[in-house]
Amino acid sequence: MYVGVMKDKRSASRLILENVSHNYGSVSVLHEMNIKVNPGEVVVLVGPSGCGKTTILNILSGYIKPTSGSVIREGIIRTVYQQDGLFPWLTVSENISLGLRSVKDSSIHKNEMTELIQLIHLEGFESHFPHQLSGGMRQRVELARVLAGDSDILLMDEPFSALDYQTRIRMRLELVRLLEKRPRTVVFVTHDIEEAAQLADRVLVLSNRPATVSRELKIDAPRPRGLTDHAVIQAMKEILTELGL
Amino acid sequence: MLKPGKSKRNISTEQNVTGAIRYFLPAFVLIILLLIWFLITYLNLFPAYALPSPGSVWKSFQEEIRAGRLVNDIIASLWRVAVGFVISVILGIPAGLWLGQHLHARQAFVPMLNFFRFLSPLAWIPFAILWFHIGDKPAVFLIFMASFFPLALATMAAVATIPSIYFRVAQDYNYKGVELLTKVTFPAVLPEIITALRVSYGIAWVVIVAAEMVGCQDGLGYGIWEARNGLRLDSAVCYMIIIGLLGMGIDRLLAQLTKLPNVRWGYER
Repeated sequence: MYVGVMKDKRSASRLILENVSHNYGSVSVLHEMNIKVNPGEVVVLVGPSGCGKTTILNILSGYIKPTSGSVIREGIIRTVYQQDGLFPWLTVSENISLGLRSVKDSSIHKNEMTELIQLIHLEGFESHFPHQLSGGMRQRVELARVLAGDSDILLMDEPFSALDYQTRIRMRLELVRLLEKRPRTVVFVTHDIEEAAQLADRVLVLSNRPATVSRELKIDAPRPRGLTDHAVIQAMKEILTELGL
Repeated sequence: MLKPGKSKRNISTEQNVTGAIRYFLPAFVLIILLLIWFLITYLNLFPAYALPSPGSVWKSFQEEIRAGRLVNDIIASLWRVAVGFVISVILGIPAGLWLGQHLHARQAFVPMLNFFRFLSPLAWIPFAILWFHIGDKPAVFLIFMASFFPLALATMAAVATIPSIYFRVAQDYNYKGVELLTKVTFPAVLPEIITALRVSYGIAWVVIVAAEMVGCQDGLGYGIWEARNGLRLDSAVCYMIIIGLLGMGIDRLLAQLTKLPNVRWGYER
């Protein structure tokens, strides 16, 4: 672990949307959206499909500029995509190296790499290419890449939705374990209510287009949370009610 | 104790059998074709001057080798195709990369590029002679004209269809400018560029016959032209066989590029 450069990830980051509205042509996707993500917090955005979840992430990451309103971003932001976010022409360790580009010292780089590979349990797969791995392994490599080096904020765009059900449940626990080791501020977008209830400190339920936050739900239960824990079931009930399901 | 060894031997013989079949099947087709050819000439179904027999082709092959002409012609042709093709690659791939990244440049140049792509390189023969006179240059020019446009267009199309997710990831990790081009854009299209190289090389090699009919005093295309003038179809067939075999051989070499580990992904999904 390279303690020397390690700063306090929790306090270094800031992510705020103020009165953000966004239109695609004449279609209003977001209307006067206010979101404040506290440092070190795991915020999960849940909403019906097509409600503008991904648009919010794109605005948070700076990939698109909102039509109006202000965005405050402090800290290094990285995104985990639904799938195919790894460069297929690079090996597992070369892909993770992208996250260590700011680390110039080669011995620190090497130690970090070894630690990250161990962290995601992919020892022996360092020189494999993404197409030689399973979907779950690929997403683990993506997690290692965003956690590498000096990232502060992780944006997750339905990162496990392309995986099969059991792998998805396993990956949630994996994410909790990784965040335990390397705390980050997380904004997680999903349509999966279980995922929201198991992972979030705070769930923001979005309304239909144009999206606004229709309900805010704090979940205080400690992680890792089992799928059938009382707090998880309770949270799922509340989210389902809010979505009208 | 013997069992594992025995089963291993079985597997290896099985592999040898499938390997042998791979060579046996095309060899079988070749032998059948040669046999049909031999029978047609043996039964004199066509006059000998219109269809040379396998024997006379073999004889002319030995003659050409002994005279040293064949080797000389092979080297001359390979040199011209190599020069013309390398110029195409050096200009065509960067042009394609640039066009692929700039929508307005694409809109401006694509109709023109398509126009020239559909213009047979042979149409340039009069210009090739007037501009470059005799020697290697007109042939090199024609080969360049034949391979540049398909190569540039294929590279461009590949760049224009790179999934946007790669550029978003690149942005997350601060890839910009030249580094973005060499570390993201280029590797993302490399598998398709290799395919484009094989296709455009094929075109370049096909054009050599016509390209060497003008202004050249040697080369495989010239060999065929001369055989025609002397009504020596046996020699023409001998040159045709060499052109076909060399083309196949070089394509096999280019195909080796697809075995590079960092492009395998492009062929395996």
